[in-house]
Amino acid sequence: MTTVDTRPPPVTRKRKRRIGSISLSALTWVIAILFVFPLIWMVLTSFKQEADAYTDPPKLVFGPTLDQFAGVIDRGFLPYLANSAGVTAMVTLIVLIFAIPAAYALSIAPVKGTTNALGFFLSTKMLPVVAAIIPLYVISQNMKLLDNVWALVILYTSMNLPLAIWMMRSFFLEVPTEMMEAARVDGANLPTLLYKIILPVVAPGIAATALICVIFSWTEFFYAVNLTAARAGTVPVFLVGFITSEGLYWAQLSAAALLASLPVMIVGWIAQNHLVRGLSMGAVK
Amino acid sequence: MAEVVYADASRVYPGAHAVRAVDRLDLTVSDGEFLVLVGPSGSGKSTALRMCAGLEDVDEGAIRIGEREVTDLPPKDRDIAMVFQSYALYPHMTVADNMAFALRLRKMSKEDVSTRVKEAAAMLDLTKYLDRKPKALSGGQRQRVAMGRAIVREPSVFLMDEPLSNLDAKLRVETRANIAELQQRLGTTTIYVTHDQVEAMTMGDRVAVLKDGVLQQCASPRELYDRPANVFVAGFIGSPAMNLGNHRLTDEGVTLGGLAVPLARSALDAADGLSEITFGVRPEALDLVSDGGFTLSVRLVEELGADAYVHGELESGEKMVVRVDGRTPPRLGDRVRVGLRDTSEVHLFHPETGLRIP
Repeated sequence: MTTVDTRPPPVTRKRKRRIGSISLSALTWVIAILFVFPLIWMVLTSFKQEADAYTDPPKLVFGPTLDQFAGVIDRGFLPYLANSAGVTAMVTLIVLIFAIPAAYALSIAPVKGTTNALGFFLSTKMLPVVAAIIPLYVISQNMKLLDNVWALVILYTSMNLPLAIWMMRSFFLEVPTEMMEAARVDGANLPTLLYKIILPVVAPGIAATALICVIFSWTEFFYAVNLTAARAGTVPVFLVGFITSEGLYWAQLSAAALLASLPVMIVGWIAQNHLVRGLSMGAVK
Repeated sequence: MAEVVYADASRVYPGAHAVRAVDRLDLTVSDGEFLVLVGPSGSGKSTALRMCAGLEDVDEGAIRIGEREVTDLPPKDRDIAMVFQSYALYPHMTVADNMAFALRLRKMSKEDVSTRVKEAAAMLDLTKYLDRKPKALSGGQRQRVAMGRAIVREPSVFLMDEPLSNLDAKLRVETRANIAELQQRLGTTTIYVTHDQVEAMTMGDRVAVLKDGVLQQCASPRELYDRPANVFVAGFIGSPAMNLGNHRLTDEGVTLGGLAVPLARSALDAADGLSEITFGVRPEALDLVSDGGFTLSVRLVEELGADAYVHGELESGEKMVVRVDGRTPPRLGDRVRVGLRDTSEVHLFHPETGLRIP
């Protein structure tokens, strides 16, 4: 009996696969550019003169200028930047200080009621932020915390903490039990176990949690705009100041927006280097 | 160097139905001995090992290492080193740091740490890899690092929890020999947990068989194989397993598929008053015969080269495995005659208690 090979010759199949992979990468590029386009637009516009920013069709060739950045700083950007930086740093630090031990307790050394505690933490995120604004405003007023960065530090900390605990807990759950037992047999007491073994292993998780915290605190707008004014305002509040009744200053707004996003991008880039896949790669098996 | 004593040690998991994971374990591991704990899943062998390590509580009884009672001591004060099934290396440390970790915690001087780590690395062929992180090592190398981490400590007892089960078959055989040889060279008391009976038989000076948390028998591999203390040990040790079945007892012996198997007088005396007995015979104690014997319908033939295992059924429906010469195995569906090579190679057990007779 003769068998007929009905499959296409291997060369054709290979070529088909190649075409498939090329068109897939092309599609990926298109989507990526669509996503990055607003950012590119923002960067370009921020280096334009206000007059160039309005042309139709838009000018792609223009004399770049730093005037807009100077203008942004003249309008009092730096105090807002300082507020944002201070609040973000404080919040991230406090959140990590509380979240790491809490998550450790809820994952590695759980007790009765652990699931209830976890549920409680999550439930605090269920209330829409708008629903709490009036009581919060009144409380802040009574505590003399209106237009005060500490109000934001307290609020952002309590908003970030549940998320951070849940995140850190999932990282702690990935720490192999046998590795911790090995450390105990090797002679480690609890502090040594924590500092020399567990924390280094969950370091990528800490970086990820810190990044989430930074992004949230840096970009939070609702509470900032309602509870602060000129003295304690953060960068998002400053950006809103550009939307005035006299019209929009596109170039200057772009410059301000670029300055506002740069710190987060830098922090994100730094954190990314620590976000190595597979926390405990190589520990077990 | 030290002996390890389990004195009626129990681990009881509390709850509505308290589970006795290890039930009154009474076992002495002599100084320098290689003792293997073996049993099926859930037999409590790992729990027993972890009790010695201090990773599980001892709820009743006591554990002594050398002269010291360690029942309530934390793991770090017991002078033991453990090799885990998953190796449990520290992923953020190099091989050298992994091995040095315990020594540094003991505040040993830098030079001493370095000397010991280098010695252990040389012993385990790891010198080239000292600066690597675990993720850059193969499974076999990681396993050796786990061994190295135990060796540098120079503990009084090694505890090993299925250290070879993550290796592929070839490497496992190699490493098995290496560990046994290393243990002999170091002369350190070792308790080794495995579910692989080949490991148990080849590595252990003595083998302790556990089932449901209860010690069934602790003896040399030879003794375990030749004189299993009960039906469980008889069925557990040996591959393929011993043929076991309940048969009617007559004045002369038992009748097996029409074949009368005479039993020794002493055995008959011990079984006095029983009408039925559990009769066991290993596959290699049976052979094909040209006449006599009993009839077996062949259901499956496993050819292993030198030998072949014939799985078949007696007329009564009882299943039986026979080891035959590998060159001339019967074929599927054949009816063959099977006889005993030697009537002394039979094992008798009490049908109710399962204990060996005599």
